[in-house]
Amino acid sequence: MAEKLLVNPIDCEGHGVCAELLPEAITMDEWGYPVVDPHPLPPGLERNARAAVSACPTLALRLTRS
Amino acid sequence: MTAVTEDTKDAATELPRLLPPPENKRAHDWPAHADRHGRLPYRERPGTLIRDIEAAGLTGRGGAAFPVHRKLQAVLDAADKRRRTPTVIANGAESEPASDKDATLLWLSPHLVLDGLQLAAEAVGADTAILYTHVSREHDVGGRLREALQARQAAGADRVPVQLAQAPARFLSGQETALVNHLSGGPAIPTFMPPRITERGLRGVPTLVQNAETLAHLALIARKGPRWFRSVGTDAEPGSMLATIRRADGRPRISEIPLGIPLKDLTGEVSPDSAVLIGGYHGTWLSGGEARALTLDNRSLARAQARVGAGIVITLPPDRCGLVETARVVRYLALESAGQCGPCLNGLPRIAAALAEIAGGRARPQAVADVERWSGLVTGRGACHHPDGTTRFVRSALRTFAAEVDRHQRGRCSATATRPFLPVPEAAAHTEQDWI
Repeated sequence: MAEKLLVNPIDCEGHGVCAELLPEAITMDEWGYPVVDPHPLPPGLERNARAAVSACPTLALRLTRS
Repeated sequence: MTAVTEDTKDAATELPRLLPPPENKRAHDWPAHADRHGRLPYRERPGTLIRDIEAAGLTGRGGAAFPVHRKLQAVLDAADKRRRTPTVIANGAESEPASDKDATLLWLSPHLVLDGLQLAAEAVGADTAILYTHVSREHDVGGRLREALQARQAAGADRVPVQLAQAPARFLSGQETALVNHLSGGPAIPTFMPPRITERGLRGVPTLVQNAETLAHLALIARKGPRWFRSVGTDAEPGSMLATIRRADGRPRISEIPLGIPLKDLTGEVSPDSAVLIGGYHGTWLSGGEARALTLDNRSLARAQARVGAGIVITLPPDRCGLVETARVVRYLALESAGQCGPCLNGLPRIAAALAEIAGGRARPQAVADVERWSGLVTGRGACHHPDGTTRFVRSALRTFAAEVDRHQRGRCSATATRPFLPVPEAAAHTEQDWI
């Protein structure tokens, strides 16, 4: 089953770590908050996605099974 | 199911169903209610009413139009699975400033809502019930509800105790997760799902939240059956609903109407280049030309990217400017952001400022493009739907008032009256206390 990234927008404080570690699926908006690709994660990115999830300082990023 | 025979058919299609006949000034009290509607038709076991609600096709009247039986079933299932006794909440916190239908219903027919609360509690096997309301602008609704609860206690009508709870005067305080957060002792601001509150809501138990009007319909379906309910409205969207209608004089008129009624029956004659707001401040501006061809149901309104919402239909008077009105409302909506999510916190004030610039005349050439871009950027990125609803309203204004935008760019405005038309509360939140 494909995995999807999900941001908790209340917990997110816009540190930007996720966009640095996973630029293929996460970009920053003009105010410094992540814009997450709503599609399932393409194969090969799982490892980087997991790194981004564990690096988030506010634990606002999650991987969910879609 | 209650049979509806041919010779009672006229009575079945008669409106209003929820509001009492206007001539009876004491219609809100218990004897008059019991006389008109009879005893509470308890079913003596959980679940049985849910099938009738499904057959009736009742949907939530708070704005989202979610099928009521699915929510009831979800709470009942979660209660079975987790072995926890549910709570039911009647949501009368009508935070939309342009709407007055729930306050009117609670004032004129409090017992119908309280009946629905009891019957919904039985249907999901709940042991506690809460009625959550705003302090009314006009009436002492709280006093009337306390009186109503005493009368019901004396009559032995209620099986589940009912608590009254007050919502802060904020736009988002009626949002489901904000409501649960507030009743749990926190501020009335949204939280991030999941878990769903049907599974884990107030104090962690499965929680049913239904709009006050929805419960009043439920109480009547329990008595008269699904066929009676479906005898007005459309096949896809059956029944009646309370609508708040405002025309040129600005005063709200609460009317119980069948779903699918032509919009022109509510707006009166409107010229093609006038404007009609459907669904309130998270709703959609339509041109008079569009509105004339549509009916008040989601299937018809979808053709113009609009939705019924909580039944607000406002005709903009010809002497007012839709851009000026929209800018004023969007400023209010930006101030009502709970400020929890980055995109909403940053985007809404910028959108509001650019709209104020456009409404003021001779805006920077990129102001409209900025509003469009920011609207796209904030949509779908909040914990609640506040950014989505706000940008739906904003984008529909730019579409419907496109000619007026051009006029403003040249320093003109078609309005001849400057007095504000759309109602906007004065006081914005300043401290955390204002959300509690």
